[in-house]
Amino acid sequence: MTPTAAGSTADTTPDALLIRGARPYGEEAADVLVQDGLIAAVGHDLEAPDGAEVIDAEGCVLLPGLVDLHTHLREPGGEEAETVETGTRAAARGGFTAVHAMANTTPVADTAGVVEQVLQRGEDAAWCAVVPIGAVTVGLGGERLAELDAMARSRARVRVFSDDGKCVSDPVLMRRALEYVKTFDGVIAQHAQDPRLTEGAQMHEGRVSAELGLTGWPSVAEESIIARDVLLAEHVGSRLHVCHLSTAGSVEIIRWAKQRGVDVTAEVTPHHLLLTDDEARGYDAVYKVNPPLRTRADVEAVRAGLADGTIDIVATDHAPHPHDAKDREWDTAAFGMTGLETALGIVQHTMVDTGALTWRDVARVLSETPARIARDTDQGRPLEAGEVANLLVWDPRPSAEVDPEAHASRGRNSPVAGRSLPGANRLTLLGGRPTVRDTQLVAR
Amino acid sequence: MKHLISIGDLDRASAIELLDTSSRMVATQERQMRKLPTLVGTTVVNLFMEDSTRTRISFEAAAKRLSADVINFSAKGSSISKGESLKDTALTLRAMGADAVVVRAPSSGAAHKLAHSGWIDVPIINAGDGTHQHPTQALLDTFTLRRHLGGEQKQGECSGSVDGSGLDGLHVVVVGDIMHSRVARSNVQLMTLLGAHVTLVAPPSLVPVGADVWPCDVLYDLDEAIALQPDAVMMLRVQRERMLGGGYFPSAAEYTRRLQLTTERAHRLPEHAIVMHPGPMNRGFEIAGGVADGRRSVIVEQVAAGVSVRMAVLFHLLASNAREES
Ligand SMILES: [Zn+2]
Repeated sequence: MTPTAAGSTADTTPDALLIRGARPYGEEAADVLVQDGLIAAVGHDLEAPDGAEVIDAEGCVLLPGLVDLHTHLREPGGEEAETVETGTRAAARGGFTAVHAMANTTPVADTAGVVEQVLQRGEDAAWCAVVPIGAVTVGLGGERLAELDAMARSRARVRVFSDDGKCVSDPVLMRRALEYVKTFDGVIAQHAQDPRLTEGAQMHEGRVSAELGLTGWPSVAEESIIARDVLLAEHVGSRLHVCHLSTAGSVEIIRWAKQRGVDVTAEVTPHHLLLTDDEARGYDAVYKVNPPLRTRADVEAVRAGLADGTIDIVATDHAPHPHDAKDREWDTAAFGMTGLETALGIVQHTMVDTGALTWRDVARVLSETPARIARDTDQGRPLEAGEVANLLVWDPRPSAEVDPEAHASRGRNSPVAGRSLPGANRLTLLGGRPTVRDTQLVAR
Repeated sequence: MKHLISIGDLDRASAIELLDTSSRMVATQERQMRKLPTLVGTTVVNLFMEDSTRTRISFEAAAKRLSADVINFSAKGSSISKGESLKDTALTLRAMGADAVVVRAPSSGAAHKLAHSGWIDVPIINAGDGTHQHPTQALLDTFTLRRHLGGEQKQGECSGSVDGSGLDGLHVVVVGDIMHSRVARSNVQLMTLLGAHVTLVAPPSLVPVGADVWPCDVLYDLDEAIALQPDAVMMLRVQRERMLGGGYFPSAAEYTRRLQLTTERAHRLPEHAIVMHPGPMNRGFEIAGGVADGRRSVIVEQVAAGVSVRMAVLFHLLASNAREES
């Protein structure tokens, strides 16, 4: 059973759905017929079968359903911040048909039992596919490998392993993890942060931290780990994925590694494409995130890296927190920002509307490549007849002010609250079933 | 000005006005009846989430000499040390009817949060937040500097009025742990705002990354700074823990050799130069005992100025606000 097919039922799905006039990949308009959970036909002037619902999507962009490789759903253990149910509702509203649930829960997703539990919760919620990520080390302790093979062979079919939130900083352990996951074509997703260089770190180390008197999180703490890891991955011939890359130097290291042929992929978050460390000036901890918001030069570098393919994907690092964890002094507040419901708006604003990416590129960085990295089978697929209908109809024309109170996520810690972002989720289909219509969730 | 959180809240005119008011407060303190009725019926809360008896007593004396009621709310043995948040404490103080809160906290930005989070709506005075700012300390340092060296009396005694003047043309050297010093940050801003030139001296490991854009010079060598013949030298307290935990410098002996203001170094300063220290001092570490007690030292005077400056700040924030309301 694939994670995608799981949990999707045809309860309220119309017999057939004809999406008229949307532009696949933002290109030439076409009609798309969805039937029995699959794309039945793509073409011009398609006939609507009897009983089919016809959706006028003229001017909208048709994309494969978005795939997030980096989501903190918080369940089990962090239900005050988010649950699988609320997190996947948020994902659906953001246009996602799959999320990859990070392992830093309580208990940690470091056994087959926990990852299967998360998978089951995702199937029950059925707002999008939930693909569990397994921990690399037992309890995220960074000391010994978790039972990676058991998780890989469990019903959750884990392929991505990460201690995210913590760095696998021990070079020997990292080497072993990279080697070990080759058995089942797995990948280690590294949260690159040298722990010694970031003790007590609160924000990007630079001019703003010097002024605000907040302990710095230097770029080199990220870059030195990435440099080490790409060399390790090259040495043992393994697959490495770099989470939430945030600095200009990191982009250069990834570019160099790819030129050498290292099997490395990298992600950037929407917030690192948009915001800088200047946001810390008001000591509003909603802007406290790990890795921290960097400088304008870093923002320009990660945009350029995403545009030229050095950075492979955008992933949200959606990290909801209870209000009290943010409404406090900066140095005692939690790290993290929500992202699922604003990700595509930010990508459109920073990359598409600026001409740096086409919509076809967006399909690549927010759907096809994350699915390929995670070896998801029915996600990020071509918009062709015969494929599972995991689809997003996105209207790029309207824009709206972000109101976290209206979000489906339990987290209200959106760094773009009050900002205007372009685009609206016109329709999201999960296995042919609408999960969102005109930005509103559709109950099953 | 509703709050005093950072020197960035001041412009040159308002800073000079605060210093001039401080001068008037000094004058009142020389009278027999030192207590002024200005803030009768006003409650000032000293919220100290970090130990600092000196600063707390200074604020308490300032408030009482303006006839305010003072409530001391300290971390030790209080609900704060039992994990109550700054936010809950603020809500408590609001319920108690505080008219102003003086806050000292270990978190950078704590005073800003109190002032701008909607938890409590009264004037907030920052009495030191983490490694960010300590604006009243900078005001009292500047007040002391101006009294000795300001106006036209650079070479003379502190006699004539310096009201209305800044620190134009003065060169001040600040020595020590710049990275962890809220005093240094506030002083660089205030002294340069008032026209002084500031040179910071520290081992490179105690200069924050990003300080390159500060409006001052940075040197690593105290002798080089003294050769520039500054008008004043301010020595900062250096915590010995910085050696062990952070490895910021190798040993006390090496620090002392390179950066202590010794009698010999003090001797090389120009005749009129003064020596300052925000306290508490590590005698024999960053400053030699003989220099601390020597003729150039204005360290005790700084303490006295602290009360007057804090009276001026309370006066501006509370008495003028009261006038606006009526
Ligand atoms: Zn992370």
